[in-house]
Amino acid sequence: MAVKLEIPTALRQFAGKQASVEFNAATVGDALKQLTGTYGDLRKHLYTEDGRIRSFVNIYLNDEDIRYLQKENTPTKDGDTISIVPSIAGGKGI
Amino acid sequence: MPIITGTPAVPDTGRTLSQQDIQRYSRHLIMPEVGMAGQLKLAKAKVLMIGAGGLGAPLGLYLAAAGVGRLGVVDFDVVDFTNLQRQITFSTSDVGRPKIQAAKERLAGVNPSIRIDTYETRLTSSNALDLFREYDIIVDGTDNFPTRYLVNDACVLLNKPNVYGSIFRFEGQSTVFHYQGGPCYRCLYPEPPPPGLVPSCAEGGVLGVLPGIVGALQAMETIKLILGTGEPLSGRLLLFDALGMRFRELRLRRNPNCPVCGDHPTIHELMDYEEFCGIRGEEYVPVTTGIPEITPRELKARLDRGDDLFILDVREPHEFQICHLNGHLIPLGELPKRASELDSSREIVAHCRSGKRSAEAVKFLQQAGFRKIWNLKGGILAWSDEVDPSVPKY
Repeated sequence: MAVKLEIPTALRQFAGKQASVEFNAATVGDALKQLTGTYGDLRKHLYTEDGRIRSFVNIYLNDEDIRYLQKENTPTKDGDTISIVPSIAGGKGI
Repeated sequence: MPIITGTPAVPDTGRTLSQQDIQRYSRHLIMPEVGMAGQLKLAKAKVLMIGAGGLGAPLGLYLAAAGVGRLGVVDFDVVDFTNLQRQITFSTSDVGRPKIQAAKERLAGVNPSIRIDTYETRLTSSNALDLFREYDIIVDGTDNFPTRYLVNDACVLLNKPNVYGSIFRFEGQSTVFHYQGGPCYRCLYPEPPPPGLVPSCAEGGVLGVLPGIVGALQAMETIKLILGTGEPLSGRLLLFDALGMRFRELRLRRNPNCPVCGDHPTIHELMDYEEFCGIRGEEYVPVTTGIPEITPRELKARLDRGDDLFILDVREPHEFQICHLNGHLIPLGELPKRASELDSSREIVAHCRSGKRSAEAVKFLQQAGFRKIWNLKGGILAWSDEVDPSVPKY
């Protein structure tokens, strides 16, 4: 299934500066694996060391959080959009 | 036929609007969605703004203009020159003044008839509940994760809505948390990112007008909650992409297992949020711990002595254009691919703007086998402070 992955601003530097990429993927998890396979630097931002999606990153299939669907096993259809939505807090230089 | 004399009163509140108010708010009053009843709701409303910065600026200005009867502003910071690019409540002459003082003057200038209370304090677990108790709506205009979790938890514990807005570079998010059974911040993000994984504005930059837009969205949501009109963003995350000029919406659900607002909450009191976010005390534990460092003065002394040091600059090309130390530029993100440009037999001093990115670079190069490598403590900012003030700070 041809799906589009939207890359949030904070992570575009690790994805060749692209705002979105397209893959053929049967599930959300499959699309994310292809994404981190192509852009290895993204892996640590999206996944913990034991391979779970980090809890400050939300993944949406179209407008629905995959936690409320079948998580990474959520099947995709042609034309679906997968959005990666990390926490942002603006401001403070640490 | 009733004879209308003087100023009309709204029967159920007994309050009135003065003739001046009627004139001031005329554009509200002629709208059926607001009218006299709505304007009186605004006059009775009590809104607490956390943060008087980029988001707080348009927020405060619009809430004051709308006639929100009581505004509270919490901010412990002082107006800095770099704030003026986006914190539009402040003038150049305010630089150096406490933000709440300058903000109060500006907001009172817009609308002298509202009550403005200022709290020049850091929001903490020991003061948040008492501060929030007096207000109806809390608006989160803060700039860091620990405070966002603190604001969220305090709002849930006190059962008050939290009008949320956040920004990064040219993207914004907005929603209303904990309103009429809707999700809270922890439902969306149960855990914060560890320090260093999500850049801040000072590192990533921000288009000044972006918080202007998101803060105004927060003002709009706050006013809608007060009036009880329209559809608030509760249960929806509004995503704004300024460069593409696109708004998108994602569905937010309340998590029945949420530790603070779920069916069986486990959080019943405020906690140490810095610890929760992996930050100790006022500053987070930097990756500089254990990294060999050299101070700007030490570096200057060695360079003056004629030591053969290789200066590695790991900033971005656009930063190099602002100022530089004649270093060899390899942006941090490119270091893995370009490490072969470096000679590990030479002594290398890595620097960036503040010392954080270069600490990452040193750690990476050490793991790649480099032994003669140091991090310039405090980066080019510290160089400007301690060695050469002619180097601009940014």
